[in-house]
Amino acid sequence: MPKRKDIKKILIIGSGPIIISQACEFDYSGTQACKALREEGFKVILINSNPATIMTDPETADVTYIEPITPEVVEKIIAKERPDALLPTLGGQTGLNTAMKVAEAGILKKYNVKMIGADYDAIKKAEDREYFKRAMLEIGLDIPKSILAYNMKEAKAAMNKLGLPLIIRPSFTLGGTGGGIAATKEGFERIVNLGLKNSMIGEVLIEESVVGWKEYELEVMRDRKDNVVIICSIENFDPMGIHTGDSITVAPAQTLTDKEYQKMRDAAIAIIREIGVETGGSNIQFAVNPKDGRMVAIEMNPSVSRSSALASKATGFPIAKIAAKLAVGYTLDEIRNDITKKTPASFEPTIDYCVVKIPRFTFEKFPEAEDVLGISMKSVGETMAIGRTFKEALQKGLRGLEIGHDGLDNKKDFRKISDSKIKQRLTKPNASRIFYIKYALQKGYTINNIVRITGIDPWFINNIKEIVEFEKLIRIERLKKKGLSAETLGEAKKYGFSDRQIADLTGVEELQVRKERKKQRIEATFKLVDTCAAEFEAYTPYYYSTYDVEDETRKSKKKKIMILGGGPNRIGQGIEFDYCCCHASFALKSLGYETIMVNSNPETVSTDYDTSDKLYFEPLTFEDVMNIVDKEKPDGIIVQFGGQTPLNLARRLEEAGAPIIGTSVASIDAAENRDKFSKLITKLKINQPPNGSAYSKGEAKKIASRIGYPVLVRPSYVLGGRAMRIVYDEKSLNEFMKEAKEVSKDEPILVDKFLEDAVEVDVDAVSDGTLTVIGGIMEHIEEAGVHSGDSACVLPPHTLSDDIIDKIRKYTHALSKELKVKGLMNIQFAVKGDTVYVLEVNPRASRTVPFVSKATGVPLAKIAAKVMVGKKLRELGFTKEKRVSHVSVKESVLPFSRFSGVDILLGPEMKSTGEVMGVDSSFGMAFYKSQVAAGQILPVRGSVFVSVKNDDKRDIVFIAKKLSDMGYRIISTRGTYKVLWSNNIKVKEVGKIGEGSKEILELIKKGGISLIINTPSGEGSHSDMKPIRNLAVMHGIPCITTLQGAQAAVNGMEAASKGGLEVKSIQEYHAKH
Amino acid sequence: MEAILALESGKIFRGRSFGASGERHGEVVFNTSLTGYQEILTDPSYKGQIVAMTYPLIGNYGVNKEDIESRGIFLEGFIVKERSRIVSNWRADEGLDEYLRRNDIPGIEGVDTRALTRHIRLRGAMKAVISTEDLNEKRLVKKAKSSRGLVGIDLVKDVTVSGKQEWNKRGKRKVVVVDCGVKYNILRELVNCGCRVTIVSAYTDAREILKMKPDGVLLSNGPGDPAAVPYVVETARQLLGKVPIFGICLGQQMLGLALGGRTYKLKFGHHGANQPTKDLRTGRIYITVQNHGFNVDAKSLKRKGIEVTHINLNDGTLEGIKVRKLRAFAVQFHPEASAGPHDARYLFGEFVEMMKSAK
Repeated sequence: MPKRKDIKKILIIGSGPIIISQACEFDYSGTQACKALREEGFKVILINSNPATIMTDPETADVTYIEPITPEVVEKIIAKERPDALLPTLGGQTGLNTAMKVAEAGILKKYNVKMIGADYDAIKKAEDREYFKRAMLEIGLDIPKSILAYNMKEAKAAMNKLGLPLIIRPSFTLGGTGGGIAATKEGFERIVNLGLKNSMIGEVLIEESVVGWKEYELEVMRDRKDNVVIICSIENFDPMGIHTGDSITVAPAQTLTDKEYQKMRDAAIAIIREIGVETGGSNIQFAVNPKDGRMVAIEMNPSVSRSSALASKATGFPIAKIAAKLAVGYTLDEIRNDITKKTPASFEPTIDYCVVKIPRFTFEKFPEAEDVLGISMKSVGETMAIGRTFKEALQKGLRGLEIGHDGLDNKKDFRKISDSKIKQRLTKPNASRIFYIKYALQKGYTINNIVRITGIDPWFINNIKEIVEFEKLIRIERLKKKGLSAETLGEAKKYGFSDRQIADLTGVEELQVRKERKKQRIEATFKLVDTCAAEFEAYTPYYYSTYDVEDETRKSKKKKIMILGGGPNRIGQGIEFDYCCCHASFALKSLGYETIMVNSNPETVSTDYDTSDKLYFEPLTFEDVMNIVDKEKPDGIIVQFGGQTPLNLARRLEEAGAPIIGTSVASIDAAENRDKFSKLITKLKINQPPNGSAYSKGEAKKIASRIGYPVLVRPSYVLGGRAMRIVYDEKSLNEFMKEAKEVSKDEPILVDKFLEDAVEVDVDAVSDGTLTVIGGIMEHIEEAGVHSGDSACVLPPHTLSDDIIDKIRKYTHALSKELKVKGLMNIQFAVKGDTVYVLEVNPRASRTVPFVSKATGVPLAKIAAKVMVGKKLRELGFTKEKRVSHVSVKESVLPFSRFSGVDILLGPEMKSTGEVMGVDSSFGMAFYKSQVAAGQILPVRGSVFVSVKNDDKRDIVFIAKKLSDMGYRIISTRGTYKVLWSNNIKVKEVGKIGEGSKEILELIKKGGISLIINTPSGEGSHSDMKPIRNLAVMHGIPCITTLQGAQAAVNGMEAASKGGLEVKSIQEYHAKH
Repeated sequence: MEAILALESGKIFRGRSFGASGERHGEVVFNTSLTGYQEILTDPSYKGQIVAMTYPLIGNYGVNKEDIESRGIFLEGFIVKERSRIVSNWRADEGLDEYLRRNDIPGIEGVDTRALTRHIRLRGAMKAVISTEDLNEKRLVKKAKSSRGLVGIDLVKDVTVSGKQEWNKRGKRKVVVVDCGVKYNILRELVNCGCRVTIVSAYTDAREILKMKPDGVLLSNGPGDPAAVPYVVETARQLLGKVPIFGICLGQQMLGLALGGRTYKLKFGHHGANQPTKDLRTGRIYITVQNHGFNVDAKSLKRKGIEVTHINLNDGTLEGIKVRKLRAFAVQFHPEASAGPHDARYLFGEFVEMMKSAK
């Protein structure tokens, strides 16, 4: 069937900010879909609030709205653009939920918009548990027994009927928020309670527990002629009971016979037909009882997903791109397989390698949260590794995770781990269980024993055991012969051991292993990911490394630039850096270079084989990168764009002879090394907060007493404020130094005077070595001390005087010149009174580059990449800072609802997972939009609870007055109440929690509070307010914890009350006048 | 123990031996199925061939007593990247190593199977020797070169049953299966369709078959070159028009020859479970299981009355024919699947319909 003629304009809903369970994969899928649809001549209208995406680049869609994703905003866009169709399956749960609401509100009917891909009924049938259950029974499939409950009474009745343990799943939530497994009556009640609150419709499903069963996923595609194919099967390493996003997963399925696999395949096909997903991809999950093979269908996701992105990268079959083409009428046989060129997309990819995905967690950022895994997703990123065996892929994956492990290594000495600790780490699923499986094996646990405790399939455990046994062999051989035979070394590489692991096991340096390897001609070979296990010739250079006989890399004569990506997403290093890497690739391709991308993150656009000329899906370690350098011999390597990951490799790569381009490694070091940097600052006569660097607790204390508390303490060479803290006294300094030392390892700890109440400013600039041009100056909303990644910011600055801004410009130019920056640089300033301090300089791409580019219309990263290969800014036509007349606000999005018990206060350690952007003609409205987009719905009426620390009491008066004047009711506890009352503001007093009053908590629970303004005083004394903030998170009530944030919010609320929200595309904002 | 795979092209692959030791020759082919190695091992169509699995991890779920496609293993040797040391499946009875040893089949692991596959893709399926006894590369290559290969060799005689066997006792329609190396799942599918199945040796002639008064005859799959089994082709020719015929794989090739067509050898054949096939009558696409090194030349059958029903979407080769007037049809792929997707099962229904309408 050729493409549909009844559709010309298609609206796509993006997934919004990166949050846990919705990350870059939707940028990857969305970008693919936009490109595919435009290729077919359709006009694509896009809404997505996330500026850090390739999807929202002005070139990706025809019309791009960086606006909050709400049904109201979508209606405004529909009314303005009048699309013929809405494609709801590309924006994750956000896209589906928003599309459903838009349909339910009658908007689609009103404007005659068709839903394509999956329609309302199909989505309903797949997403609503009761509908799904009925559908499964209809087609004769087995499912876990379950009962729906809408209140505690019904839930208890269900418990009595089904018996514990039980799974509680709230309906319509993101990534299973609030769900859980209950083994006891008390636990059951607690989880049901939470689930009822978290469900958007107050519904929970009480379900027979299949915890411990084997978990599988199939990626299925269907076209309009009802042809159905399976793209990939995935087997979870971790059994049922752990969210698949938090599980180690393996493709293809490993332990199913063909008979069982085909039964699952038949079921998947029956499900996609019954649910009625007309065209496109779906993810279907199954559980299999390892004892008897009973198979039950668990759930279906009727759209592209994290798993579909993984499946695409694992097989080379671009699911989202094909799904988009199917949605507009093509059938599978009419679409070509990009990789083979000759064969059609109507087939099932087969692979000749093993793929392992490992989730990346960030529990260290939330010390109050337990690192226990369950059915609610907690990981913030993932890495994927490809190997010829599971052992190789697993070890590659573990080093690609960048959590300080070089593979399945021995970071802990198993002899020093107690038996009870091992049991505990094996029993309760957690982020480091994989390593404890190894320790357990080293301690002599049997495979069966571990299988019994963990529920993990013996096949996986046995593979780990083979790694352990091989380690023993290496150790023995080393003792016997002082060094490894070529045979053992080669075999070790086939088992996925890194040079570092081998070095550790044999007591030598990593480089020595590398040298020995080269001498023995044991070198990585690269093989292709080609969808067909080499049955057909592949034209797409998508490689992975292994140690086998044949190498398939093809030499080319073009000039080559290699771009190192950022690896798995983590808090502090995510999609913004991937965006920059992609831009570097696009820019250099346009200059005629062959671009080579190296990355290990399957969610991203950078690992789309379409993005660069060549893709190496590899861990970002010195060894793995050097293997590629040896093979490709690139003319230049870009380390500036992938965040801290490649930057940390820069020095070693350069020492090994790799050609790093852009700002020199020496300059990077000068900016990061505190002593060198201080000298440089002094030389330039720029102010810096008094500071020092310490290697010990004693030194740190000395510095602190010299410069005076409070001090900001942090390790060097980390991103995202990892282990960064404001310390108010010596006692806390003592406590904190231990953690800081752990993170910092051998590098010094930095101690800075903390500037209280200063305004922080971020500057992104680009320099070609002679000319430096500022890309954007951003004023933070929250005061200095809140990590810049967590703070909201506004471009252009809205409170700084021209004098101050000029000073900032002057310093930027001076620093750029002194550091001989070639490429991007980011500087953080703090303004206190009339003084401008430099906090830090980063001669690399920053998190704000995409935001600045979207705000100003200047593609900073592209320009920087061109500069790095020798272009001059003058040639590129970028010689002046762009001035814009609109206001852009960036707001961060925080994951607190995922980590129960964690306080939501902001500090110098970054905690946000993503960002949104609000754009409008005024600050108030732009800020308001940013809040709506971030899910902080500022109320237009109702009661505001205000409780601030003493320092803020004077300033809160103005804010409260304004709120009161606008018609909001003010409620306060005693201290704040007194101040407001004495300033003639109408205010109601409630009792303090510390004094036993539950009044305010009850009010929040009843829905009597629509906004909370609560600024906590210094460390330690804010426990009184913690329950209030936690309750606010649970009930989704916006909670503002800084005075500056409150001021901005009031501005936004005022703007919103004056007029409705208007939408404007970025193409309109940046149209040349 | 070391083992060597030597190809007639001179290419050598070294690996470790598993299963039985010894020396065997055959044509080396690759199979791209991710699952189903037990079904592949027991598929008689692989007689005379050494099979390399492109999926590197084989043996994970062991072998069991149920997932067999014939009474034994007929292939000559088995090549994998990594053989699982552990068996993990609730139905598993034994491991791959033990199974191959018990059946006297040499296996070789640790081979760069992707390199081997690419070599075959570029150079075509070729003769090879697998050995644990003779590790002299030159000598092995020579042995490979001088081995008999597949072309013109009757391998059916090595796999067919002798005489006549009743597969099941009851059924609405009586089907005689001419066993050229039939896979059990063909028989199981016929039974599922309500057939009473009798298996006869490939040497059984038309007269004898017709004497059994069958409602239909199935020409089974089997190994090697269709041109080397003229006796079955002759049987088919005589049966045409007298009884509904359904040919599968080698069965299609023999039917093709019986209809006056030609067969030819494909460069490296189709061996896998992901082959897209289009039913031209409906436009529907089926993911089919295929295992053939020879094919019917579509041009040679360009005659009135012979309808091309299926084609392969990867390379456009002929996958199915039907002669309505003679009530005969055949497919080149395996509608019985095993190992592989069940998409094409409907053809057994079509066979039953054909038998019904013949009454």
